[in-house]
Amino acid sequence: MTDPLTRHRRRFRYGKLGKIRFTSHRDVARMWERALRRSGLPVAWSGGFSPHPLLSFGLALPTGAESTAEYIDVTLDGDPGTDQSSEDAHDLAKRIGFLLPEGIDVLATAVVAEGAGSLQQEVSSCSWDVEVQGLAAEELATRVGRFLAAPRVVVRRERKGRPVEDDVRPAVLALEPVAPQRLRAELATRPRGVRPQELLSGLGVDLALVRACRRHQWIDRDGIRCEPLALSGEVAQGCTS
Amino acid sequence: MDSLWPKIEPLLLAVQKPARYIGGEQGARRPVHGEGRVAWLLLYPDAYEVGLPNQGLQILYEILNERPDALAERAYAPWTDMEAAMRAAGVPLFSLENHLPARAFDVVAFNVSAELVYTNLLNLLDLGEVPLHAAERTAADPLVVAGGHCAYNPEPLADFVDAFVLGDGEEVVGEVTDVLGPWLAEPAAVLDRRAVLCDLARIEGVYVPALYEPRYEGGRLVAVEPVVPDVPERIEKRTVADLADWPYPRHQLVPLTEVVHDRLNVEVFRGCTRGCRFCQAGMITRPVRERPADQVRQMVRDGLERSGYEEVALTSLSTADFSGIEDTVREIVEDPRHGERVSVSLPSLRVDAFTVGTAAQIQRVRRTGLTFAPEGGTWRMRRVINKLIREEDLYSAVDAAFGQGWRRVKLYFLIGLPTERDEDVLGIAELGRRCVEVGLRHQRSVTVVASVGGFVPKPHTPFQWFGQDTVGELHRKVALLREAARGVRGLTVRWHDPEASAAEGIASRGDRRVGAVIERVWRAGGTFQEWSEHFDLTRWQEALAAEGLSLEDVCHRERDADEVLPWDHISAGLHRDFLWDDWQQALAGAVVEDCRWTPCYDCGACTGFGLEHVVASPVPPAGGSQGTGQDLSAGDRVPVRLVTGTRP
Repeated sequence: MTDPLTRHRRRFRYGKLGKIRFTSHRDVARMWERALRRSGLPVAWSGGFSPHPLLSFGLALPTGAESTAEYIDVTLDGDPGTDQSSEDAHDLAKRIGFLLPEGIDVLATAVVAEGAGSLQQEVSSCSWDVEVQGLAAEELATRVGRFLAAPRVVVRRERKGRPVEDDVRPAVLALEPVAPQRLRAELATRPRGVRPQELLSGLGVDLALVRACRRHQWIDRDGIRCEPLALSGEVAQGCTS
Repeated sequence: MDSLWPKIEPLLLAVQKPARYIGGEQGARRPVHGEGRVAWLLLYPDAYEVGLPNQGLQILYEILNERPDALAERAYAPWTDMEAAMRAAGVPLFSLENHLPARAFDVVAFNVSAELVYTNLLNLLDLGEVPLHAAERTAADPLVVAGGHCAYNPEPLADFVDAFVLGDGEEVVGEVTDVLGPWLAEPAAVLDRRAVLCDLARIEGVYVPALYEPRYEGGRLVAVEPVVPDVPERIEKRTVADLADWPYPRHQLVPLTEVVHDRLNVEVFRGCTRGCRFCQAGMITRPVRERPADQVRQMVRDGLERSGYEEVALTSLSTADFSGIEDTVREIVEDPRHGERVSVSLPSLRVDAFTVGTAAQIQRVRRTGLTFAPEGGTWRMRRVINKLIREEDLYSAVDAAFGQGWRRVKLYFLIGLPTERDEDVLGIAELGRRCVEVGLRHQRSVTVVASVGGFVPKPHTPFQWFGQDTVGELHRKVALLREAARGVRGLTVRWHDPEASAAEGIASRGDRRVGAVIERVWRAGGTFQEWSEHFDLTRWQEALAAEGLSLEDVCHRERDADEVLPWDHISAGLHRDFLWDDWQQALAGAVVEDCRWTPCYDCGACTGFGLEHVVASPVPPAGGSQGTGQDLSAGDRVPVRLVTGTRP
């Protein structure tokens, strides 16, 4: 039996690839709710007038973007020692992945140490691969150079349904062309995140987004970058502590 | 044929809710096309989020995909932004499973459940590069089929549809496949479309309009008659005798994105014999066929486990009438396999305290709102429409609802009903005011919403002869009601657009000449007519005028007993005499009881097909229902113990 008085958090890293990238962040949240219900994991519920399962999703992924670095924290009843599944993270990841729709793959899972911050609080930047079209390779490289040299890059974007003008330059931490029609970027999530589409607006109106994929989310620990849950090697590596 | 996905994908970054176009729902198939398999494209001619939950389409989808000689894929109406992008990029209507163009299918089959989607049906044919008119199609074109409740007056769509299927589709889709399979196997050069249409017309329940011609005299329809031998003069609907043989859908589709009714749905019975005279569904789906309770529980158990849903709706036209509903509901809620949080919803509550008790059992968590449908504002009005809810039933239901913690009660009403007087309309406000008063005895503040729709007379009902209220008259009644409800704290009146009721009336009772009207509305850009932001009655009025027809003649004129109705050659099993007598009884305020538990009054639905009701309980539900086991003589008496200050 799990002790209802103790709870712990389990983190899953998952990917969103292929056709399913056209679903929204909220859609993915519902997919997880259904999959967790089917999994039989002892998901903890909030109290109050409108109880809900305690799931915490990280940064929203724009509809249409792919990712190999999405995260969800699930609060489970019982202390970490009773979490049978922690003994075999690989099998658990596989089992949950099987319950999720095609294109959503669970890549890793681990228990989060007590007292660790939430995904929303901790993640400060993301790495993106962005496929574009509309400019020749040299012109694209020139634009990138000009962008990085500029002190301010103002783009028009929507916030809460209203058009606003923002300087996106400070949020672009790194940007380089890695192939003729491909950019790699590191975009800050604070104070206000920048989406790949907004980055392209800053590079010129003649540049169109073809595909964007979030490769990493980064937590900054006193100048050392780590991921909420790393992929290489042991599944339990990364910043879960 | 190749998948259109590479051409679709680039369009999706720029449209709203692109998940509507990707398929991949849990439960969706990826059928392999090939020789010997009749390929069906099942279409719901409205937006994905409205069409996906449709159970009829999902049932046929599974039945066809289970057959070795058939396959089925699905499509819905692309929203206007996607349609524009598709037309600009030269992308035709495509299926969601394999993203194949509509023309890759042998049959394009529409589920038509509402009249206002007719223009969407035309739009989808056009977007699918299928010739719009049945007469223009050759053997190289897909066969266009339509089924669903609207098939009971097929004439407005007769120019565009090759074959209609009347009634339950479970068996007949197989029979249509049986005819098409061998035909499609013949060499293309010898394929004769007319010959296969004649073969289809010989299947019971299939109507091929090209084989029938309407005759008019003096601008009035006088007959619709066959023009070839060996096809029936009157086409009878199909009825599945026992739902237990059809436990579908077995794998209800779980969408990846938000849709209406996003929950598990289990149909507990089909048909209704409550005899509400305005209700087409209740008339055309008779007799009542209950699913065995064991099968219901099994379908709920399997469905919840497979889908991960935590809500199940037990669906039917009046679920509270299901034999032993309390036991079934309790067993579902208490089944440990379902976890503690599963909730059951009964989308159609009977109006009495007893039913609210059952609802209280199952909605243990969030008690926000309950909905009842008294339909008429006064007992006199409810006798005319044969919706036999006594004042006592209503107020005890509302009393029970507020007493057990619900905070909001929604009441559905119709206006523009036969014999309606202003006092009946005002009765809605009075009734709403009393419901607020009942609620205030239990809670400090309550909300009662009276939702009002303009009545549209439907084919195959006793009201099919009635002259529909004009737009102006409906507006006047809405204004009357709003005025009466003003200043009643806690009572809110909502109403359905009277203009939309007029357009629905045209499509509901029009004859074959209305086809050209629908085509004109579509050509003028009138798609998604169920969505108020896209609806404009002027388009319909202009189209009517251009075709020499009038709203007065199609909608507002009362028909007499001798007039030939456009759907007289279509049979839902109901005797015309029965409907006419019931119409006369309505005008006299006489009522009929639910025939499930009282002697048969021979409407024709059972006797005509050699069928019987399949109802487990030999007695009506406790507390009585629709006249059976109830004292109707005091139906208008308002119980003083519930409402204070009632006028004598």
